[in-house]
Amino acid sequence: MIKITDLHKSFDGNRVLRGISLEIKKGEVIALIGRSGGGKSVLLKHVSGLMKPDRGSVFIDGKDVATLKGRGLMALRDRLGFLFQGGALFDSMTVYENVAFPLEEKTNWDHERIRERVLLELERVGLSGAEEKYPSQISGGMVKRAALARALVMDPEIMLFDEPTTGLDPIIGHAILNLIHSCHRRFSFTGIIVTHEIPKIFEIVDRVALIHEGVVLIEGTPEEFISSTEPMVKAFLGEPMEEAGGESG
Amino acid sequence: MLGVRKLGEGTLEYVGQMGAMGMFLLRSVLYTLSPPLKFLRVLKQIRFIGFQSMVVILLTGSFSGMVLGFQGYYSLSRFGSDAFLGPMVGLALIKELGPVITALMVTGRAGSAIAAEIGVMRISEQIDALELMGLNPYRYLIVPNLLAGLICLPLLTAVFDVVGIFGGYMIGVKLLGVSGGTYFAEMANYVEMQDVMEGIYKSLSFGVIIVWVSCFKGYFTGIFSGYGAEGVSKATTQAVVLSSVLVLVWDYFMTSLLF
Repeated sequence: MIKITDLHKSFDGNRVLRGISLEIKKGEVIALIGRSGGGKSVLLKHVSGLMKPDRGSVFIDGKDVATLKGRGLMALRDRLGFLFQGGALFDSMTVYENVAFPLEEKTNWDHERIRERVLLELERVGLSGAEEKYPSQISGGMVKRAALARALVMDPEIMLFDEPTTGLDPIIGHAILNLIHSCHRRFSFTGIIVTHEIPKIFEIVDRVALIHEGVVLIEGTPEEFISSTEPMVKAFLGEPMEEAGGESG
Repeated sequence: MLGVRKLGEGTLEYVGQMGAMGMFLLRSVLYTLSPPLKFLRVLKQIRFIGFQSMVVILLTGSFSGMVLGFQGYYSLSRFGSDAFLGPMVGLALIKELGPVITALMVTGRAGSAIAAEIGVMRISEQIDALELMGLNPYRYLIVPNLLAGLICLPLLTAVFDVVGIFGGYMIGVKLLGVSGGTYFAEMANYVEMQDVMEGIYKSLSFGVIIVWVSCFKGYFTGIFSGYGAEGVSKATTQAVVLSSVLVLVWDYFMTSLLF
């Protein structure tokens, strides 16, 4: 469904992506892990068409995202949901208005139907009762959950999650991941999750890819990932680099 | 060699920004002329740019008129021409001071707020969120402001002119003793419809300039004006300074053309 081939991107001479290739099948959820500033979020922005690559391509159902314009790009984005790292809720709107916004703008539903759907979505993410609050009046975890409700309200085929648990305490963080997992079981979206939530993330994804120095260093199932002898993988799993290097050597 | 390189880089950046501004205006106008129009957002921005600027326009308009009343009377009475105070105040306000001061006031009050609001939306990824919903940010953020600017600036200028003329009347007639009938009769003799239209054309173009620059600076926060809160701060400052300068420069060209 999503095919990334030899993707390159630089910012002011800093080569962030140096030839990333990755394939994600329909209905599959993959976790992207890697060091901060390693280009994981940049990769998500290429998949969503917010950024254009210097070289290489992202194909979604055979269509090159970078070449899409106008209605073609809009049609692709109608199939996409994106959970931003900071939530990106509209701060001048209440939680209810934020979740209702895509429905009001993209469907012909009447107010009652929209209301039912929004309240259902908010209940699913545990935000019943917070409908009339503004983003500045709720906690970081609630912002993430409201953003998740907004991203899912249009039943997207593809969900992109940019560090959904960053900045949250472990309990809320795990609750968000469980929520993503239950949403995936319900909607069967194809998903990419950028995260540092190791090892919890292994419970909810089909595959894991480690991005290091702008390329995919290793990818595989969570089991394959955990049993890898790659020093960088060991380091991510919490083993010291030197020791890991010694073992692999 | 380093100096030449920096000069070249600076020039390229400047030219690039000018090009981006031109394209931004072109897109904004095209989206304004093509449906659908977000009517409720237009109304909201009319309230923000127009109605909420009324107090400052009433204050500055009345005091500008009163100052003109004093200065005009002082200058004209030297030549025994104080009967022409009405036309002097009227022409100065309608042709020049009304459109320009209104534009500068709206720049300070609404232009800065527009740049800051859109800038914050940019750095907090709210504009990206709009795009990813398959919605066009220009239709939500730029077009309503552009239409509101076009509608509000001439109206605010008209309010400024009327209040200013009345301020001049209060000083010239009530305080300094010019005949009230003369004040308005001479104004009616010397102020022509063409002068009024000149003021309207100016205020329409100032409305476009203010919204164009403010929206552009906010929209490209992080690209042309640094990142984070500092980027928003810079974008807001640049929006106010550039809008004010462009209003005054454009005023000169408009006056030359319409003279």
